[in-house]
Amino acid sequence: MEIQQNKSTLEVQPRNDEKIKKIWKTAAILLAITVAEFIMAFTMPRGLLLYFLFIVLTIWKARYIMLEFMHLGDEVKPLFYSIMVPLVFLIWLLIALAKEGSEIFMMRW
Amino acid sequence: MSAHSTAIGVSSKRGVWGGGNEPLKASYGKLMMWFFLLSDIFTFAAFLITYLSIRVSYPAYAGPAGEFVGSNEYWPVPELVFDAIPFVHGVHAPLVFVGIMTFILISSSVTMVLAVEAGHRNDRNDVVKWLLWTILGGATFLGCQAWEWNHFIHGTEAGSTMTFINSMNQLVTEVVHGANLSVNEYGPGSFAQLFFFITGFHGFHVTIGVFLLFLCFYQAAVGIYDQRGHYEMVEKIGLYWHFVDLVWVFVFTLFYLI
Repeated sequence: MEIQQNKSTLEVQPRNDEKIKKIWKTAAILLAITVAEFIMAFTMPRGLLLYFLFIVLTIWKARYIMLEFMHLGDEVKPLFYSIMVPLVFLIWLLIALAKEGSEIFMMRW
Repeated sequence: MSAHSTAIGVSSKRGVWGGGNEPLKASYGKLMMWFFLLSDIFTFAAFLITYLSIRVSYPAYAGPAGEFVGSNEYWPVPELVFDAIPFVHGVHAPLVFVGIMTFILISSSVTMVLAVEAGHRNDRNDVVKWLLWTILGGATFLGCQAWEWNHFIHGTEAGSTMTFINSMNQLVTEVVHGANLSVNEYGPGSFAQLFFFITGFHGFHVTIGVFLLFLCFYQAAVGIYDQRGHYEMVEKIGLYWHFVDLVWVFVFTLFYLI
């Protein structure tokens, strides 16, 4: 009985090739950005410009993961903003602690 | 039965937030997963920003790369610390291994999103297949991280000379090999502490993720989701798994690139 009940009553829908193609395209973009970061790590001189580019590229990757893989872009606007707006506070935390860190640097050296 | 039949007296004037409908158009479970992930984003962000803050409070190593020696006077160059690969001893291969780890985790995120897509189509065979690939990717990543930690803890043969306060509370200058929570051969003590703490916390999340994925794989394979009538659990665990990947993207940048 149990096993018979397990037989699917759900209708399997055919693959949507366009959707699957989009997933692979996003994956290719993520990979390309990572490879670019890798090349930059070895060819560019270390400094603020490089770090800035790294952080921009990382946030760009995060955007793809959240919007495409986690489908946050497909959710309704109130849900989208209730996740994204609180993250604004992190910008302040970043500024405050980066400043704090550089002040400690000045004190020590 | 449904929300529609209870909507007596709900006029269009009441708007989206007037009740009698689902303003966020997402199930309870999915919403709670999102809000949990939001809180976890804050936790990881606090750790990573702390890393950045402590890192900028030390001078960076400025000399030529070939002559780099570890010292707790300055922050080490990541590509000179993480330059080993398994099975090949003594070869300088900067960031190659961690690059492979990143590739594995991103790939497992792709197979996860394919499993979620298959779940939308109620395609049990595809869900099971892609979940299995995702589990494989997650487990491989964990194995790689175990090797990475092992290498980090044991360190290089040469080691480096450090002046530090030892466990007996004495100021000593001696050759240090590898890393522990009080001293390490690569840089200031907080370098290894933050490395252990942050990659460890991330690895802990991956471990839980693999466990959840296995649970999901089992339930899908025996047909529980077919009985339930939907594959939403795949979607919820998928959200968690993508989050783990998301965090790794930031860990990778902060620890290994900057």
